[in-house]
Amino acid sequence: MAQFVLPIQSRVKEGMTFKAEGASSENIKRFKIYRWNPETEDNPRIDTYEVDMDSCGPMVLDALIKIKEEIDPTLAFRRSCREGICGSCAMNIDGTNTLACTKPIAEIKGDVRIYPLPHMEVVKDLIPEMTHFYAQYASIKPWLQTETPAPPDRERLQSKEDRLKLDGLYECILCACCSTSCPSYWWNGDRYLGPATLLQAYRWIADSRDEATGERLDELDDAFKVFRCHTIMNCTRTCPKGLNPGLAIAEIKKQLVLRK
Amino acid sequence: MPKHPRPLSPHLQVYRPQLTSVLSVFHRGTGGALSVASVILIYWLWAVSAGPQAYATAQGLLHSWFGVLVVVGISGSIFYHLCTGVRHLVWDTACGLDIRSVYRSGGIALFIALLLTLAFWFVALWSVGLIQSLWKGVLS
Repeated sequence: MAQFVLPIQSRVKEGMTFKAEGASSENIKRFKIYRWNPETEDNPRIDTYEVDMDSCGPMVLDALIKIKEEIDPTLAFRRSCREGICGSCAMNIDGTNTLACTKPIAEIKGDVRIYPLPHMEVVKDLIPEMTHFYAQYASIKPWLQTETPAPPDRERLQSKEDRLKLDGLYECILCACCSTSCPSYWWNGDRYLGPATLLQAYRWIADSRDEATGERLDELDDAFKVFRCHTIMNCTRTCPKGLNPGLAIAEIKKQLVLRK
Repeated sequence: MPKHPRPLSPHLQVYRPQLTSVLSVFHRGTGGALSVASVILIYWLWAVSAGPQAYATAQGLLHSWFGVLVVVGISGSIFYHLCTGVRHLVWDTACGLDIRSVYRSGGIALFIALLLTLAFWFVALWSVGLIQSLWKGVLS
């Protein structure tokens, strides 16, 4: 159900401010970052960090790493590839979900507000609990399912046209930016699969080599799993890889209706 | 002392309103408003059949400033819900779902809904002669 207000123990309070003392320049940017420490009894808070942009890299992730190394080593966030392919540093930056490593600080006017991915259980600071998200992904059986034996001398081949159908789908890195931008997923994330998992489901439905299309559609034909999507399109609007989960879901809905 | 439970990260509170989500919220809101409007319509039909006293009361309510506001709101809701409803029908064919088209069709739906609402009230006021008498007032 839709719960518009945060639970009392999730409400965010004002935190500390870390001033940039003795900064060499006037080029200061303020980062307001969501903090929560599981080892205390406190509510989450917003800490403010002043960062000297003359000695900081261009991306939001550069600033986060600089803050952790030079100002406050207790700040926790996930990151790995720093080039938009691992999906670890997905977070809510300046009001929309994106990858910290590919989001230029210069694109943000005023203070940079950073929160964890929305409507998720917080493990610590900017780190959300992803177990449920991954379980939903596993539930759509994200692998090639076949009945016929593979040719003995080569791979299962695909025409260029059939391979083209996977473009815009296979590039998904499962960063969860789209799913956690979706109000339907906020309110019904327990049963609605969400844009990321559904885009992945369609990636296998659209694959000409897969022989379980019928079973896959049977599995999805449910009032909640797919049809909680109301085509709000926040997913496509926010995808840091420029993919279109909203379209993939529409294709699934269309196939579910047309096969009847 | 019990440990602090893991918090729920902020959602509506921090997510930037965008054309995508705002038009969707309004589609839902106008849908809900139209359900209420159907009750008002039933009340008015009942008043028509219940005799001159009830009819006069209903007309009085609907002609108060609040009544007029509600009726204008209902007409706007009908046309907005109609336009975005057509948009949803097109989307169900899996067309027009790239983000540029979504923004363009959203703008068009808003514009047409506004146009239809204005045209509706122009025709309605014209048919009772209100526009004509206003126009005469301007001329004289």
